[in-house]
Amino acid sequence: MNEWLVMTGAFLAAASGVPGLWTDRRGTRGERIFAALMVVASLCGLTGAALAVARGSHGLDLAWPVPGGRFAIRLDGIAALFVIQIFAIAGLGAIYGLGYWKQSEHPRDGRKLRLFYGLMTAGMALLVCARNTMLFMAGWEIMAAAAFLTVSTQDEQKSVRDVGYVYMAATRLATLCLFALFAVLFASTGTFDFAATRPITGGAATAILLLSIVAFGLKAGLMPMHVWLPGAHASAPSHVSALMSGVLIKMGIYGFVRTFSFFPHPPLWWGQLVLLLGVASGVLGVAFAIGQHDFKRLLAYHSVENIGIICMGLGVALIGRTLGSSALVALGLGGALLHTWNHGLFKGLLFLSAGSVLHSTGTREIDELGGLSKRMPWTAFAFLVGAVAICGLPPLNGFVSELFVYLGLFETARLPQSDLWLTGALGAPALALIGALALACFVKAFGAMFLGEPRSHRTDASHEASPWLLGPMAILALLCAFIGLLPWLVTPVLDSAVATWAPELASSHARLTTLAPLSWVSFLAVSLAMLLAFAALMVRRHLHQRPAEQAGTWDCGYVAPGPTMQYSSSSFAQTLVGIFSWALRPKVHNPDTRGFFPHKDAYTSHVDDVVLDSVLIPAAELGSRAAKRMKWLQRGSMQAYLLYILLTLIVLFLWR
Amino acid sequence: MPLFLLGIIGKTKAAFAGRVGPPLLQPTFDVIKLLRKGLIFSRTTTWVFRAGPIVSLVTALFAATLIPLGTHAAPISFEGDLVLFAYLFGLGRFFTVAAALDTGSAFEGMGGAREVTFSCLTEPALFFALIVLTRLSGSLSLSMMIGPGMGQAWHFGGASLVLVAASLFIVLLTETCRIPIDDPTTHLELTMIHEVMVLDHGGPALGIIHYAAALKLFVLGAVLVRIAVPYTGSPWASWGVFALGMMALAVLIGIVESTMARLRMAQVPILLLAACLLSAFGIVLVAR
Repeated sequence: MNEWLVMTGAFLAAASGVPGLWTDRRGTRGERIFAALMVVASLCGLTGAALAVARGSHGLDLAWPVPGGRFAIRLDGIAALFVIQIFAIAGLGAIYGLGYWKQSEHPRDGRKLRLFYGLMTAGMALLVCARNTMLFMAGWEIMAAAAFLTVSTQDEQKSVRDVGYVYMAATRLATLCLFALFAVLFASTGTFDFAATRPITGGAATAILLLSIVAFGLKAGLMPMHVWLPGAHASAPSHVSALMSGVLIKMGIYGFVRTFSFFPHPPLWWGQLVLLLGVASGVLGVAFAIGQHDFKRLLAYHSVENIGIICMGLGVALIGRTLGSSALVALGLGGALLHTWNHGLFKGLLFLSAGSVLHSTGTREIDELGGLSKRMPWTAFAFLVGAVAICGLPPLNGFVSELFVYLGLFETARLPQSDLWLTGALGAPALALIGALALACFVKAFGAMFLGEPRSHRTDASHEASPWLLGPMAILALLCAFIGLLPWLVTPVLDSAVATWAPELASSHARLTTLAPLSWVSFLAVSLAMLLAFAALMVRRHLHQRPAEQAGTWDCGYVAPGPTMQYSSSSFAQTLVGIFSWALRPKVHNPDTRGFFPHKDAYTSHVDDVVLDSVLIPAAELGSRAAKRMKWLQRGSMQAYLLYILLTLIVLFLWR
Repeated sequence: MPLFLLGIIGKTKAAFAGRVGPPLLQPTFDVIKLLRKGLIFSRTTTWVFRAGPIVSLVTALFAATLIPLGTHAAPISFEGDLVLFAYLFGLGRFFTVAAALDTGSAFEGMGGAREVTFSCLTEPALFFALIVLTRLSGSLSLSMMIGPGMGQAWHFGGASLVLVAASLFIVLLTETCRIPIDDPTTHLELTMIHEVMVLDHGGPALGIIHYAAALKLFVLGAVLVRIAVPYTGSPWASWGVFALGMMALAVLIGIVESTMARLRMAQVPILLLAACLLSAFGIVLVAR
């Protein structure tokens, strides 16, 4: 029943863009049918997943005429958690698309975008429910191909095509590693199903860990495999960025969680390696974010950071599983999975509000904006909620999941083994550093975009977003507040996921409500919110009785302060970029203004993606030069290729 | 009490300069005077500007409820409150800096940028220190970490507690904007941090900001004093010891402010990195 509901949702999502293909090129009917179908699909999926959490899932097993494949579906705790996230964000994004990517404004690519948006959603829903490697691969490939086509929606622009190719290369490499991963899995368990009984040990286990880090790390955008992510998130339409950043990269996290669940006794270094990767991804991701001037690229690098935080939680959970500590497993995995949800919510909110800024001003450059909170007050408020949440500040949802990860890290610091607690204990300051850097970055972005005075004429025509855009943003903001204020209402979902992940520890009754001070957190968050609201009312009354005078900004008595004299996003970040220059390699043009009559010049600083621009592209150029020597093989005639295939087959037969 | 500490710092500085100095309650009088004045807002600003002082006051008040005074447990204490303690100040900082950026002034943007930059280095130092305390006390609650077991902790890890106290002192000076990182007495220079962020706040808003800053000094000082003076006696005596310790801390800050010059901005990160390393060495020393 539950599985059928979710599969119906996936089918409706896949079909949602199809009727639009036959509708009028400039009419609104196609997009309305799409949005309606996506909303129905989301409701189906959400109901199915909620029922699965409440009543459990029996699974579904149908024959499927693919070698080694079965249509095996099961909505266990982990799958249900991801299904909820997929359908929630996808449904809201589809409604947002009605106002953001109108068919009348985008007659060329609107229908294509909607078709592949629905397919991407369906692929993701399929892959998280799959219990068979072949079915998983099918979902994975539908998702990857549809994501490539949605990223390159505006493929008439060369920059968008380039970004699409980088994504394509990354996702191909991930699939290649996935094939190898499943081959090793098959070789050591003898089945293509996930419900394997034979334990995996030795070299096969290590190979699976390393392959999964590459395959799923590429999808999740773990540093240094994040290369496709900033460009793709920046170039895609904003509701697609929200879906990709909020949900698609989480499929990598799902892959990690599912793969690690096969190992009841992972070696200690696994957890330490994943924790270390998480720290590196977190710190460097946010450091790169600080150097960005394009607000969508900035948000994209924050995805790298948050994936890092999630991986830190996973590392804690793995260490806990090695030690047989149910508290560490629950806190680490619970924190990681809740942060997966939370990141979907607040990053979705941020991308949608950033999209409404882009829609209204037509620029992604932070330094061309400013003072937007007067023209777009609700968008500004939505961005502020997302910014406070992503910095992990109370009383919003980011704080709760980061608290779980912190508690897990501090818990390892209490362990008697001295070699072990050091790894955990160094993680907590790293997370504090990530939090402080994220705060710096989002104060910068919010301040430069929405506060102060406009820096250019881009904002002249800006206006508040339409209700189609504001509605989904409001729902996401309310969900952020809901999880922050009443976290104990969502912990049962997390507990069931933790019990699925480590069934051998499920009997020890380590529930998140008892492990984490959730009642205190909830009480303090609610009272903090109420006290702030009360103070706001008092100020309002005070201002009503005694109105404030209005004046210009004082600016230390300077006579003619201008908007260009404001701190820009580059000047705000200058010191931090300098501190991290060993990793960021910023391209700074600092003009020499000494002497009596310095010529007119400007200071610029730009942070490129070091891994992509300084390592991978030069390496790829070297590779393609070497590949030119093999050109004689590529004759371009069909007969030659058929001959190659025949020869390969013969060699394979002989080898067996 | 928080504003009284500012009075003691002022007296100490005056004594070093050979002056009589303002009365001990002068900061209190100043705040009361400010609260009675009218408000004036820049036309550039929005509600974010008005929210800044309120959020910084409310978060400081919440943080104060998590702090044990002497051997007395805090009104609110639970396992993990140390994370909330650190992040409450983060929330206050977010809105203070946002309020500064809301004015559209170059000076206030500069102050905000410095505030968030330096906090990126003080936060890890604070968490390194918290880990040492967790390790020594076996607890994740501030009331237990720096509560009755402090004397025991000095017995086991005295050396690392010295390092932690030194590191926390630097964190305290940074977070409360004291010399050698910042200069609380002036704001018209390009080199200031906190005072320059609140240039456009006036009247009651400025009064609230001053009180919130004093409260932050008190809260962070209470943690430091408890680590440095691990007295465990009768409850009444511990109140007295705590109060004396706080006053001694204020005198110490006054001495530092009187005898040192402010560092150049470029050197501040180096000092803060030293604070991080001090408490990280503290961890190494308890890693047995």
